[in-house]
Amino acid sequence: MQTGLEDQLGLYQKRIPIFTRSVKGRFRRFKTSVLVLAYAIYFLLPWLPWSRLDAPAQAVLFDLPGRRFLIFGLTVYPQDVIWLALLLFIAAILLFFVTGLVGRAFCGYFCFQTLWTDFFIWIEHAIQGERPARVRLYRQPWNREKVLKIGSTHALWLLASFWTGLTFVAYFAYAPQLVVAFFTGQAAAAAYITVSILTLSTYAAAGLMREQICTYVCPYGRFQSVMYEAETLAVHYDARRGEAAHGRAAARAGQRTLAERRDKGLGDCVDCGLCVQVCPVGIDIRDGLQYKCISCGLCIDACNTIMDSFSFPRGLIRYDSEKNLAAATPAAPRVQWKRLKTVGYGVALILMTSYLAYSIGTRGSFDRAVNQIRQPLYVVLSNGDIRNRYQIRITNKAGQDQTYVISARGIPANALDLGNFREITVKPGHSGLVQASVRLAPALAAQTQGFELIITPSGKGAEARSESVRFDSPGKRP
Amino acid sequence: MSEQKLQSQTVQTTGHAWDGDLQEYNNPLPVWWVYTFYATVIFSIIYWVIYPSWPIGKDWIGGLSKITYVNSAGETRTHSWNTRALLLKDLNQAAAEQKPYFDKVSSMSYEQIAKDPEMNGFILSAGKALFADNCAPCHQAGGQGVVAFFPNLTDDDWLYGGSFDKIHETLMGGRRGYMPAFSDVLAGEQIDQLANYVAKLSGIGHDATKAAAGDVLFHSETAACYYCHSSDARGRKDIGAPNLTDNIWLWANVPATDAAEGKVAAIRSVIANGLNKGVMPAWAGRLSPEQIKVLTVYVHELGGGQ
Repeated sequence: MQTGLEDQLGLYQKRIPIFTRSVKGRFRRFKTSVLVLAYAIYFLLPWLPWSRLDAPAQAVLFDLPGRRFLIFGLTVYPQDVIWLALLLFIAAILLFFVTGLVGRAFCGYFCFQTLWTDFFIWIEHAIQGERPARVRLYRQPWNREKVLKIGSTHALWLLASFWTGLTFVAYFAYAPQLVVAFFTGQAAAAAYITVSILTLSTYAAAGLMREQICTYVCPYGRFQSVMYEAETLAVHYDARRGEAAHGRAAARAGQRTLAERRDKGLGDCVDCGLCVQVCPVGIDIRDGLQYKCISCGLCIDACNTIMDSFSFPRGLIRYDSEKNLAAATPAAPRVQWKRLKTVGYGVALILMTSYLAYSIGTRGSFDRAVNQIRQPLYVVLSNGDIRNRYQIRITNKAGQDQTYVISARGIPANALDLGNFREITVKPGHSGLVQASVRLAPALAAQTQGFELIITPSGKGAEARSESVRFDSPGKRP
Repeated sequence: MSEQKLQSQTVQTTGHAWDGDLQEYNNPLPVWWVYTFYATVIFSIIYWVIYPSWPIGKDWIGGLSKITYVNSAGETRTHSWNTRALLLKDLNQAAAEQKPYFDKVSSMSYEQIAKDPEMNGFILSAGKALFADNCAPCHQAGGQGVVAFFPNLTDDDWLYGGSFDKIHETLMGGRRGYMPAFSDVLAGEQIDQLANYVAKLSGIGHDATKAAAGDVLFHSETAACYYCHSSDARGRKDIGAPNLTDNIWLWANVPATDAAEGKVAAIRSVIANGLNKGVMPAWAGRLSPEQIKVLTVYVHELGGGQ
């Protein structure tokens, strides 16, 4: 039998709005400085000038039509996709490494969802006031004050979202021109589409959805449990100290000092609820470690403030490990890295980072691809000689025209025929294509398994690169 | 089953109980879920307005989105959005981008094209595509041909000459290779002698006595081979008669076997049966002059030219 409970509950659960109380402390200061630094980099970087010969003077420019990324003095071409792959691998391993040591530090301090939500809450706070004022405003009927305050909050959010989107687009075109073109209706359709999508998604994610992104959309919180270990530091409530024998209790007369509370068997938690009020995801940390916790540390700041005001020792809520909390005599919490998983991630990080740095540091000024023509693998010529052909593609990654000289090693000098292109000049960012053919007498061909083609930028002998290629002839099986 | 046994007083259940104690939570969906549904409905309405949507008899609502392109005749065409128009737009755009290169090709001489690195790159890519579309069915993708059927274009032997002009002539007018069947004219023994002589010319194992007799026969009026293949057996490029003294085989599939008898047998078969299958079609009129010019330089490059 249906009981009609659906009617009481409603088919859909409305979001319970969270009004966070602002708090002062170590973690709040850290979060604010990360926010300021990250915003400074994100919003100002596209405007940083950088003089270039062959491209707009913008320090960081992702030049999609030109198929290249310009990052300060470095030019990245599609051929360098391995760098991007490595960078993503490094980012993933760094995430696992840090999570194993200090929990979801990325979520709490660095994730853009956290940063933008923090900024949007700051706007909300600046206009509507502290938590009690915002709760009151939320509950009061729509009147002039509510319309003005809520309206201006949303307007500012939209403005911040719009500038976020516009800044993103500014990384893909010369920023000063783009911004002028954007407001005069001259910019590319892709710019308008990208900016509107980013404006709407930023507004929705940081203004309207907030913690729901972390709880429902982001998969990271769901798999944090496989990256946490007993030694991992995380934001914990010290339940043994806070609850003691008879649980938490308000600091009424007779149970105000530590000594009085010990006598009554009461814990140190005065049940002020401040840790819940400051939480941006609306949880109670005293329920223990949970998937919704983004590990932002604001409850630590809040609890320390209260502990200080009662002259209780700090750290009722603190960064600690499950193992230490469960120990008979808990030691001072510290980062524990002497574990196989952590050391493994650390070694992988060092190896990949050094390889990436090495690869970028020793990059050549050109790219080359030498392919043997396989249809046919070899040709028998009229006098019986064997000819193999090769296609050489040289991509100039330097900033100016460059001439390349092609030579061979391991075969007689006159065997290599480059037709009209013993030298080829390639424009910056372009590719040059040369067909080389190698002709060997049958006896020599039978002995020759392969040889080396050498490409030398003229005037830069040190940058010469060689490519080993096969030489095929009849009767020789690969 | 009594109420007390039902679990969870904090989370409501639907009130059903199966098999004694199986129950179903009555957790409501989060409201953003239903908002997402509304968003998809709004999206579909916008989609109807922009793209072709409802059929009306034999016609349909075209939608606001239009595709405009300039076709090869220079006319501007506008269609409501559809993938065929999108393809036509892409094709016409690509053709327009290629046009400066083809214009350059028609204004430059063969020698200038071959020495210009940028044009050379264009010839290699455009020529490869043209060759694959038009020539590869016979000459194979890499131009290597098929012994006994289609000439190899990558070697250094040119039946009709390997200069730019000759290759151009071949492409424009096509070619027809013909050799009469000698089994009607000569005895089997004589054909055998000729086959041994031709094997000797290319340095293949042969019967010296038969080859000597074949030499005489080759230059005699009886067989009259020298009319076409010339008295030094090096062939005549003006009529496309092949050089018999080199290591390249077009009709007799000599490379197919390692045994000397097999090689001689392959030659014998060609002399006896002749051939009338060496037909290359004319491309003038099928391809544009610029395309033929591109192919000329491409084929010249394949075998190194002459």
